Amino acid sequence: MIGGLFIYNHKGEVLISRVYRDDIGSRQAADSAVFSSSGPFPGEWLEARNAVDAFRVNVIHARQQVRSPVTNIARTSFFHVKRSNIWLAAVTKQNVNAAMVFEFLYKMCDVMAAYFGKISEENIKNNFVLIYELLDEILDFGYPQNSETGALKTFITQQGIKSQHQTKEEQSQITSQVTGQIGWRREGIKYRRNELFLDVLESVNLLMSPQGQVLSAHVSGRVVMKSYLSGMPECKFGMNDKIVIEKQGKGTADETSKSGKQSIAIDDCTFHQCVRLSKFDSERSISFIPPDGEFELMRYRTTKDIILPFRVIPLVREVGRTKLEVKVVIKSNFKPSLLAQKIEVRIPTPLNTSGVQVICMKGKAKYKASENAIVWKIKRMAGMKESQISAEIELLPTNDKKKWARPPISMNFEVPFAPSGLKVRYLKVFEPKLNYSDHDVIKWVRYIGRSGIYETRC
Amino acid sequence: MTDSKYFTTTKKGEIFELKAELNSDKKEKKKEAVKKVIASMTVGKDVSALFPDVVNCMQTDNLELKKLVYLYLMNYAKSQPDMAIMAVNTFVKDCEDPNPLIRALAVRTMGCIRVDKITEYLCEPLRKCLKDEDPYVRKTAAVCVAKLHDINAQLVEDQGFLDTLKDLISDSNPMVVANAVAALSEIAESHPSSNLLDLNPQSINKLLTALNECTEWGQIFILDCLANYMPKDDREAQSICERVTPRLSHANSAVVLSAVKVLMKFMEMLSKDLDYYGTLLKKLAPPLVTLLSAEPELQYVALRNINLIVQKRPEILKHEMKVFFVKYNDPIYVKLEKLDIMIRLASQANIAQVLAELKEYATEVDVDFVRKAVRAIGRCAIKVEQSAERCVSTLLDLIQTKVNYVVQEAIVVIKDIFRKYPNKYESVIATLCENLDSLDEPEARAAMIWIVGEYAERIDNADELLESFLEGFHDESTQVQLQLLTAIVKLFLKKPTETQELVQQVLSLATQDSDNPDLRDRGYIYWRLLSTDPVAAKEVVLAEKPLISEETDLIEPTLLDELICYIGTLASVYHKPPSAFVEGGRGVVHKSLPPRTASSESAESPETAPTGAPPGEQPDVIPAQGDLLGDLLNLDLGPPVSGPPLATSSVQMGAVDLLGGGLDSLMGDEPEGIGGTNFVAPPTAAVPANLGAPIGSGLSDLFDLTSGVGTLSGSYVAPKAVWLPAMKAKGLEISGTFTRQVGSISMDLQLTNKALQVMTDFAIQFNRNSFGLAPAAPLQVHAPLSPNQTVEISLPLSTVGSVMKMEPLNNLQVAVKNNIDVFYFSTLYPLHILFVEDGKMDRQMFLATWKDIPNENEAQFQIRDCPLNAEAASSKLQSSNIFTVAKRNVEGQDMLYQSLKLTNGIWVLAELRIQPGNPSCTLSLKCRAPEVSQHVYQAYETILKN
Repeated sequence: MIGGLFIYNHKGEVLISRVYRDDIGSRQAADSAVFSSSGPFPGEWLEARNAVDAFRVNVIHARQQVRSPVTNIARTSFFHVKRSNIWLAAVTKQNVNAAMVFEFLYKMCDVMAAYFGKISEENIKNNFVLIYELLDEILDFGYPQNSETGALKTFITQQGIKSQHQTKEEQSQITSQVTGQIGWRREGIKYRRNELFLDVLESVNLLMSPQGQVLSAHVSGRVVMKSYLSGMPECKFGMNDKIVIEKQGKGTADETSKSGKQSIAIDDCTFHQCVRLSKFDSERSISFIPPDGEFELMRYRTTKDIILPFRVIPLVREVGRTKLEVKVVIKSNFKPSLLAQKIEVRIPTPLNTSGVQVICMKGKAKYKASENAIVWKIKRMAGMKESQISAEIELLPTNDKKKWARPPISMNFEVPFAPSGLKVRYLKVFEPKLNYSDHDVIKWVRYIGRSGIYETRC
Repeated sequence: MTDSKYFTTTKKGEIFELKAELNSDKKEKKKEAVKKVIASMTVGKDVSALFPDVVNCMQTDNLELKKLVYLYLMNYAKSQPDMAIMAVNTFVKDCEDPNPLIRALAVRTMGCIRVDKITEYLCEPLRKCLKDEDPYVRKTAAVCVAKLHDINAQLVEDQGFLDTLKDLISDSNPMVVANAVAALSEIAESHPSSNLLDLNPQSINKLLTALNECTEWGQIFILDCLANYMPKDDREAQSICERVTPRLSHANSAVVLSAVKVLMKFMEMLSKDLDYYGTLLKKLAPPLVTLLSAEPELQYVALRNINLIVQKRPEILKHEMKVFFVKYNDPIYVKLEKLDIMIRLASQANIAQVLAELKEYATEVDVDFVRKAVRAIGRCAIKVEQSAERCVSTLLDLIQTKVNYVVQEAIVVIKDIFRKYPNKYESVIATLCENLDSLDEPEARAAMIWIVGEYAERIDNADELLESFLEGFHDESTQVQLQLLTAIVKLFLKKPTETQELVQQVLSLATQDSDNPDLRDRGYIYWRLLSTDPVAAKEVVLAEKPLISEETDLIEPTLLDELICYIGTLASVYHKPPSAFVEGGRGVVHKSLPPRTASSESAESPETAPTGAPPGEQPDVIPAQGDLLGDLLNLDLGPPVSGPPLATSSVQMGAVDLLGGGLDSLMGDEPEGIGGTNFVAPPTAAVPANLGAPIGSGLSDLFDLTSGVGTLSGSYVAPKAVWLPAMKAKGLEISGTFTRQVGSISMDLQLTNKALQVMTDFAIQFNRNSFGLAPAAPLQVHAPLSPNQTVEISLPLSTVGSVMKMEPLNNLQVAVKNNIDVFYFSTLYPLHILFVEDGKMDRQMFLATWKDIPNENEAQFQIRDCPLNAEAASSKLQSSNIFTVAKRNVEGQDMLYQSLKLTNGIWVLAELRIQPGNPSCTLSLKCRAPEVSQHVYQAYETILKN
């Protein structure tokens, strides 16, 4: 299991160090920090320090970019993730579940973000006592324990609970929630107005050949729910999943013809831990008791019948050795009544570009030398329209034999529909103990489609 | 409130201020002070001096403060075991607290304090907590049993905690179950034979029920535990699979991977005819693909696992090629892994797409990635025959780019294509020859030379080309030299008339002017063959080459099966069994897949390649480059990958051994790493070839240590012992001993380079130690240490370094650095090197001191088998600075009263009783620091016996 957890700043200084097991940082795991008097702890051969330093020298200060997120130094394995300037590293000497360690590190980031916002050196230093307290709770002897923020916040607070102020009932309520079956929700939540918000957030990914052939396209979507519901509400979520619709269609033939077209084939989906997976597996129904507030109900992936909101048509022509002509047309491909926003097309330019002239029909385009790209921005664009940009790129003659790699043209945008075609059919709420019914709950649904990696090779 | 202020650097005298604050009456001030202490601890300052003051703050009802104090305790208790006892009472009291959070906190923390004395006190509270009414306390106590087991396994067994832990598997609370399972699994790992996790259909059922209810982490523990179960028949296997499959939709990738592990394992037991088998296969693909939309680090873990799954059951993902296409922004480690899987999935159906992608990749920026992409094109050609022509033309296009490393990589793979499809693509040789001059990497040069030699009859100026290489023969790397030798011999056998001079030249270069045994031996073999029986030479050198198989770098089937049992874990990421990177007994239980049920597929024994390669082709697999790491190493070490046709298997075995060793020392030190196990070629397969190629390991034997015995006058010098074996230090072997001569101590080292690489930039450093030993001068290795070279160095030592008591007292931790890495070892120095020259006490003084030192400080030892008389012993000891103060004869026994002084001023007084005729003598030592006595005795023993 995890032997220790360290948080470093970008200089490699330790901000947080929590050692769970003795085995990490044995003598063997020491490093050349011993030889450099510049290290902050010259000559310190304290056990845990060795693992700490080994990581700094071999990963943070390494000249090469990270070649693997798992680094083995002298039989000690370091799992590392980076959030802005901060490195989180979990250390072990055993054959641990690697996927679990990474999931845990992400979770750790989530928990910290939920407590104090952005993960930055400043915030970590400001909250180090809290972080230690969290680390003590969510990792015991290297085994991850309940790490749901909802539950944690009931008894790990920045103020510090004075034990005598809690009643016995409160205490046992905390412990039963932390260990219970529904660890993500506490009892006794009350709202005057029962309300819920559903966001269907999709990111559409595309890789297209210069000739307009789709090399790969998929949508990865998330259904994010914000629930403000009283009690322990039992929820049931329905969408236009092909399998469900076809199953129901067997009974009522006419409905199949109506909704059959609109149903979508979901390649795969994963659910928040509140969803009863065995029920989904057997009946394909999505039922759950939601955590209070915002959470990600499900993630899904589709590859069939994707509505590609934009098509990029590139044309690159080399005029001699010192000039490049680029023409890019973008076409919007959705209902004319809808508006796409925040459109940005990024056309890479060679490293030896000396000057660029751009003409575009719509929006603004600029050559950004520091990014080696022409960035073309359009605020809004309706469906079934097209726009064009042309540019002349002057190149400095070089004797570099290596050809320019021609990175793909990438695009960013946001559209108010789900490119996968997913539709929410219902979200029913039952709370048998309290007297509010499904009709009393105010529900909001919103669809947002964004570009993921949306690239066209040129 | 911000806590960052605690991190600000503090001045001297801080400890005193903190001490005052900790003892303050004001609660707030106390808490602030504890926070400051924790902050100092985090940045590595030693605040252990505050131990009693911090422990005094433990008695508080403020939970936050209590947690901080506990944190401090966990860090320092081990270094201050006696004081840690002070905390015990509070712990025991807290375990009775009405608040379950405090009970749990106390039991959790107590388990983290690894002090033997504390564990005794822990037992009773732990026993209570395991049966606590509150599940939160029980789940914490369950983990605490694992902690205690780690400190004192016997105690846990004696106290019956294991049985209580087993009972917790039936607990009503799912989290308690999950933690109990986790704890038991870990304990069971260190007792492979015990039947701790007595898994039977009933307990499995309980676990499966808990699976639906517990947290995501709990689900992982349970699934990992389930994977160790062996169902009794296929029906049970199927019913478990059915209950595990819903987990594939979990948002947590680790839950998904652990579920995949259970399914992959139990699938072995299902008959392929079963409908359910097909359903299961179909269900596995989507979640595996979904893993690729996770964060990059998880993608990497997933890809490494998919790599295994694809080798084991290619049918699962055969239609999913596109998801492995590389994205421009993927981190390099994801790109390289995807590329690997793409090649594995390449088939006739998708080869066009794959090739188009690979061609794109070959124009990317990252050199490693581009190289791998080029290599992949070659592998596609070998794998899918129909595509060979397109691959070759793509490679030729790439050669036209003239990008140096692309050209070189292309030539290396074209060589393999030639071997796979003889007499098909030789027309491109002319193009290849044009690029001869731009090749600067050994592997590419060797490949080109192989091509020239192999097709010498078709290349008009083959002799000129090879001759041009011969000019700089001595500057070439070994693999190029070997290749050149073979190529010229081939050329000679094909065109004997005009190349006689050339072959003479190369043979003499190889045998007379080279000091490389590999090369010399091969040269001699050829020479003798050519001179005794040219016909036989022709048969050997120009023999039919074994076909090469399409699947290179497949993981060896038994290892693959083992790794499948480790899906999701580090072993599956490293593609190595846990024994290769886990120290000690933990996790080295060999796991294996359940035996396949006899069904329609009985023909597919586990020995055949999973891809269904016809049996018997296995031994012909060309040694793979291993993974990327192997590739990189390959470039440096340069094993003769393209060996001469016949010698192929064995030369490569030898070379690969070295490579394997190199790889291992990067990752760990077990000799059986991936490098070694990847290869199927049996070393005995090609007998004649064995002659030609001394195996790598034999090489090091030749240069084995001749342990020189110290013959210098002065104190006794032990023979040099190996302190750091080459295996642990990437080829650097260090042996040494300590000497003391005329008042100066030195460490005599012998450094041997057993690697293939020149070593430079040596430096040495000692850890703080009991007597402050430190290098008095830097480690002077004047010239770079070339392979197989040994150098002797005497490093003067001083005793003015910083002091820290070590366990054992004479332990010395040493770090040695060279241009390759930093290596650590520890050694024990004999105490007599610390005996100073002015260690003779005068009689009066001796008598007074002897009386003065309390009797409990006296230690008595027997020195056996030491048939010396008093004079001989006395003079022997004197040369090691043990001085005889007085001598007496009492009742026929010789009593020697002796004194010695250590470098740090400690006097040791001795009485040595020698009975004539009795080989044993008795040594009584008196010293104010009694812990040195044991070591002084050992010094006596060594001196007297040598």
